[in-house]
This record gives sequence, C-alpha cells and structure tokens, in this order.
Amino acid sequence: MQRNVLEYLEQSALKYPEKTVFADTKESVTYRELTKRAKCIAAGLKEAIGVKVRQPIAVLVDKDIQSVISFFGVIYTGNFYVPIDKDLPKERIESMVCLLKPAGLIYHDTSRDCAQSIEADVMKFNYEELVSGQADEAYLSKVRAQALDTDPLYAIFTSGSTGVPKGVLVAHRSVIDLVDNFKEEFAFDENCIFGNQAPFDFDVSVKDIYSTIKNGATMYIVPKKLFVTPAKLIDFLNEKKINTVIWATSALVIVANFKSFKNSIPQYLKRVMFSGEVMPNKVLNYWRQYLPDVLYVNLYGPTEITCNCTFYKVDRKFEDNEVLPIGRKFLNTGILLLDSERKAPVGDKEIGEICVCGSSLALGYYNNKEKTDEAFIQNPLNPSYPERIYCTGDLAKYDENGDLLFLSRRDFQIKHMGHRIELGEIEVAVNALPFIEAAVCLYDEANKKIVLFYQAREDCKKEIVAGLGKVLPKYMWPNVFRLYEKLPMNKNAKIDRVKLKEEL
Amino acid sequence: MEQLYEILEGVRADVDFRNGNQKLIDDAVLDSFDIIAIVGEINEAFDVEISVEELLPENFNSPEAMMELIKKLQEEE
Repeated sequence: MQRNVLEYLEQSALKYPEKTVFADTKESVTYRELTKRAKCIAAGLKEAIGVKVRQPIAVLVDKDIQSVISFFGVIYTGNFYVPIDKDLPKERIESMVCLLKPAGLIYHDTSRDCAQSIEADVMKFNYEELVSGQADEAYLSKVRAQALDTDPLYAIFTSGSTGVPKGVLVAHRSVIDLVDNFKEEFAFDENCIFGNQAPFDFDVSVKDIYSTIKNGATMYIVPKKLFVTPAKLIDFLNEKKINTVIWATSALVIVANFKSFKNSIPQYLKRVMFSGEVMPNKVLNYWRQYLPDVLYVNLYGPTEITCNCTFYKVDRKFEDNEVLPIGRKFLNTGILLLDSERKAPVGDKEIGEICVCGSSLALGYYNNKEKTDEAFIQNPLNPSYPERIYCTGDLAKYDENGDLLFLSRRDFQIKHMGHRIELGEIEVAVNALPFIEAAVCLYDEANKKIVLFYQAREDCKKEIVAGLGKVLPKYMWPNVFRLYEKLPMNKNAKIDRVKLKEEL
Repeated sequence: MEQLYEILEGVRADVDFRNGNQKLIDDAVLDSFDIIAIVGEINEAFDVEISVEELLPENFNSPEAMMELIKKLQEEE
C-alpha cells in the first residue's frame, strides 16, 4: 500500500534513473538527480531546524524546477510545504507567513529579493546552499519510519471572505488517491509528457507534479510568457512533444481567443484536461475543430477535496450555447447534493449544494478552526459515527444522462481569470483605504468583470488601484469602478446589493 | 500615439506607460488577460487585425513597439 508520495519518486527513480523528470527553459533534472537534490535539501533543513515533522515550510515559488525540487526536499523531512508566489504583494506574503509560523522558508535566485524583504520572524534558506550539502540517510529512514499517510503534504492558500487567505491543508493519502484515479481513468503511463501551465501555488499543478513522478513520466514547464504572447506556444508544445496538458480553463480560452491554431497545431497532443472555471463550449469547439481526436476532459473540484472530485470525458457534440457537464464522481469519492439547510439530500433532478466525502478531503484550513468547522461538517445523513463531508458552496443538479451540471454559487465567491476569489476579501481591502466611505463588489458574469461600487468624495480609481496593489494580487483588482455620492441602502440599513446588481 | 496610451492606461491604471522604461512582456508587467484586452482594443481603434504570429514579446514590450506593429499592419492593408 502506498503511504507516502516519496514512494512514487523512489520507484520511478529505480526504473528510470537517467530519465528527465522535470525541465524548465534553463535546466532539467533526472529522477536520480531529483532524489539526490531533495535528500540534500532535507539534510540541510534538519541541520538548522532540528528533527521536526508535520510543520509548515514555506517555499517562495517561481515557474521553475528549483521550486518543485524544494517541495521534495521538504517532503523528505516529514514536514509539509507551502508554496507562496514570490510576486504577490508584500503585505499578503507577510500575512501568510504570520498565519503559518513556518519552521523555515526556502528561496532561490529569482526569489532572493522577495525573501529578503520579508520582515516576519522566519529562518530563510537558500536553495543553492541546501542542494550543495550532503544527504543523511539515517535521518531520512528515521523520519520515514514514523510517517503516516494522514500526514500533511502541502498547504495551498485560497481567498478568504474575511480578508485573510486560508491555507488548505492536504494529506499524502488524498494526493495518492487523486493520482491513482487519474492514472486509471485517463490511462497515464511513462510515455506521458506533461506541459505544465499552472503556477505552483495553484493546486492544478499538483496533478502535473505527482502524475509525473507516479508514472515515471516527464514534465516540461511551459514558460509563462508563452501564454501572454502565444506566437511561439504551439512551437514549444511540438518541440517538447507534449502529449498531455492539465490546464486552467483560462489558458485554453487564451489559445482560442488569439486563434492560435491558424498557422500550426499541436501535433502530439492526446489529452487536454481543464478545470478552474466553466468551460465555454465556444472555446472548446475551437479546440475540437482543429484537434478532433484528442481526449477532452472537464474536471471539477475545489482545492479542499484535492483538485477534482468529478470529471466529464467530452463524448458528444455540444452547441456553443450548451452547458458542458462536470460529469460523474471519481472512484473512492462520494458526492451528495444537499438542500440549503445542509440537512437533507435534494430530490431527483433538483438543485442542491455539492458536498463531498472520502479520502480526498483536505485536513482543514491551517490554524483556522472556525472556517474549518464551517465548511467541513458531519455528514447529516449519518447520525451513527463521525464522517466528515466538505460543503463546496457550488450548486448543481443531475441532467437526464446522470451527469452533474454546475449552475452557480450559493455565496459571494467567484471564479475570475482562473482564480477563486471571495468578493468579501476585495471589499475588506477597499474599505480599509482611508478615502473610501463605503464599497461593495459585484461580479458581472456576462462581461467577466469585477465591478466596484464605491462611495467617496471624488473619483479615486488610481488611488484605489495603488492601494490594492499593496495587499491584493492583480487578479483580485476590480476592472470597473463606479463612483457614488451615496450608495443605495436597503430596509436593514445595509448597502443594497440587489439594486446595485440591477445597475450592472 | 495618444490614443494608444489611453487604451493602455484604460487596461492598466497602475502602470506608467509614458515614462516607464520597463519591458512590458519580458519584465512580466502585462499578463495574458491584459494582452487580450489590449489587442482587442487596438484592433478596434486602429482598424487592424493583430494575428497570433505577431504576438511576440518584441512587439509588445513597449508602447513604441506596439505603435510600430500597428503602422506595419495598416500599411499592409
């Protein structure tokens, strides 16, 4: 039985020691070398922090393999890694570090400046120095002998409605469950060549990393720039012979928007899998028109249930205006559709909240019991023994084929540019600005824009953007700014969101 | 040129396009969603059709480079 994701790495390293496992535009690493470097990192960390397990160790990440190698170094110590994007606003990084109180923080050349600017009390480690050390096998076997499959593997931050991001804590067991399912369901093997698009602080990349090492496959990091100016994107995919992509829906949208297949098409692609937000069939039909023989899979699920809990293999024609189903549950996953009270299942064909149970459930939000208890609750259908379910907040129903259809959210969470955002978090940040009297954010679904309604003495769009830039990542900034002398109020003396929604 | 600046500032109010010496693509100032918005507005405002083969960093690293691309496309028509 698999207990630890390192078993994947070690088994593949035995079978394919000289095969490339990860590569970016600057360097690549073989299975043998990855194992060696990760063990050196582990020894270096232990030297400084002592033998500690199940503690967070932050990794400042960039789109490069050094970030991924650092993850494996942390895993060898029996601790869990927490990827933090080096380009996030400084205040946000500080608040994450304060919440975590990590035992250490790993940075490398491209994130050195970011690491140095962090003021919170944390031991900082340079990747280069760590990998140049010596492995300590006795220490590693001691750590492994104590490891449990319920130990945390990583924590990934996600937007929180109260203004503080939440760290979703995921165990080895859940990731093992995920990659086993993907291998079976989508026939992954050692011939897979993954083209990684998702940033490493985003859980879509978990599928790339662990599917690669489980199957003895190879993963190329697609340079971020190729999604900004995609003239050379197709060349890259062909040059690396990439046959499997697990991308954010927004990345597929970019390719279609720029009509990227006009002159050349990816020649090796066999599987195109996507998640993160609703895939418009108009976009998918563009892909299908040029690449009709590829397997397209719509994946659904929040970070709290370890990437995905349902999938839909696109097996028939869809008109541009049809809704693509999110499909059926993976094996070893349970799905309930509960009523608005979260007390009982909804009737056949009725709309309910997607709630998930099984090994894929995250351990909870790190250092946040209150939010954990709100979202991870006792299964209301089981009064007899403890059984946790995770309430996604997503509303769905079954169609006539027995496939799930995602309909909407039950709260103020949105999906914007591939990111999951709590509108409340933006509101907290805007309301904190001294020149703002009141503010409310709404999402304009049709035009995919975050609209800010604010009350202030005068137009202060530039000042708002400047203020938000210090605390929120760019994808959370409002796209449209509407100034009000006085925001409309409802009977309860609260800002009237319903009225503002009509004004969108 | 003024028209282009206005388009750029409309998409990214926080960036100084007029005086900045930064490389908009190479220094990761603009992301893919900015480029989608900018290309859409340029196409409309200047009556051109920027196609995928022109989506290279060197064509979008500065407002001047974008203007050059626009002129080139206008002449081709």
